[in-house]
Amino acid sequence: MDILSLSLIVAKVVVIFAGLMLMVAYMTLFERRIVAFIQGRKGPNRVGPQGLLQPLADALKLLSKEDVTPAGANKIIFNLAPVITFVPALLTIAVVPVADNLILFGREISMVISDINIGILFILAIASLGVYGIILGGWSSNSKYPLLGSLRSSAQMVSYEVALGLALVGLLMVSGSFSLSEIVHQQSSILEWNIIKQPLGFVLFAICALAESNRIPFDLPEAEAELVGGYNTEFSGIKFAMFFMAEYANIIASSAVITTLYFGGWQGPILPPIVWFLIKVVFFLFGFVWVRATLPRFRYDQLMRFGWLVLLPLALLNILITGIVLVL
Amino acid sequence: MVGNYGYAGVWVLVGIGFVLFTFFFARLIRPQRPNPNKLKNYECGEFPFSDSQLQFNVRYYIFALIFVIFDVEVVFLFPWAVVFKSLGLFAFVEMLIFIAILLFGLAYAWKKGALKWV
Repeated sequence: MDILSLSLIVAKVVVIFAGLMLMVAYMTLFERRIVAFIQGRKGPNRVGPQGLLQPLADALKLLSKEDVTPAGANKIIFNLAPVITFVPALLTIAVVPVADNLILFGREISMVISDINIGILFILAIASLGVYGIILGGWSSNSKYPLLGSLRSSAQMVSYEVALGLALVGLLMVSGSFSLSEIVHQQSSILEWNIIKQPLGFVLFAICALAESNRIPFDLPEAEAELVGGYNTEFSGIKFAMFFMAEYANIIASSAVITTLYFGGWQGPILPPIVWFLIKVVFFLFGFVWVRATLPRFRYDQLMRFGWLVLLPLALLNILITGIVLVL
Repeated sequence: MVGNYGYAGVWVLVGIGFVLFTFFFARLIRPQRPNPNKLKNYECGEFPFSDSQLQFNVRYYIFALIFVIFDVEVVFLFPWAVVFKSLGLFAFVEMLIFIAILLFGLAYAWKKGALKWV
């Protein structure tokens, strides 16, 4: 490998990382503004024009806050938990193609950090890692509310991971490939988007993605109305910020994956691919916020019953229908 | 292909580096004034009592067992699904039988009340 390709890879990683961090920061503002709009409030609009500098102010504030570690906590795990939550949240983005291959300096550069041929398996594997940070964080705080939060988190993971995997089986049957670049290339026109071929699979996957990123109506691990802050009750300052950023990075990753798998990724007419990709991702981000502003929280036992007795049979039904259609 | 996993590794390193840098930077600029009251656990203003890492009743251990079974099923389904188009009817029927056995198991567990709130 020569210097040029090495520096191109580093540049790609840095640019995508910076873009992701920027999106995470502005996702907080986006969410607060949209929720405020839906609830007939103004939302943050004082820091900078239209509140555009609010994320910077938040970041500075969280950086400069005292970091309190409770006396009874397991120090090492308590410090490690935010990292274990944050890094997997980032990792999903690594396999998502954000744009078409680019010709630069006479060579073709794929606009995906890691173009592996088992992208979907990678995403599933990484998605299940995220729960460890939450469980460890809740348990190591040695406090009651976080413990309950982490227990719920594991229950949720147990109920939704299977449906998440099964929802993707239908997609795999249609596309015949694990590679995300390959799947995007197959969806070249709007009629070939996988949402047309897999409507039920998409709904199931979207519900499970909500559950995996611990968003309302599946935010039982956090449940600020009953568990104070759930797993992050005892975390403060920069560690709290890490959990928060992990949550938003998860939402962005989920939107990016949904876009790539079901809505043709960066494919689209006239506008450059990256713009199409961002438009679609922002659309789903809006969807996530809209759901948050609209739905109440599930009850714990309802959540598990829904996962096992509704989503799981529906996912199997989806496989059956897809199989029959494909075979006939 | 190995290179691609390497790039994912670079991405992880950048992520970890970002976290470490942020932690380090925050350590430089934040105040550090602990006192015993501040270090207590939060229990809505009451004095915290007893240790929290105690034995508790995990109410969903049957779910966890069924989860393991179905997760393995998903793993079996993936390779089948990828080559599905070239396998044809026979493999489809075979997989239906496999899923039906597991669904029967789920229905049995449901009937026995294992999927209820224990």
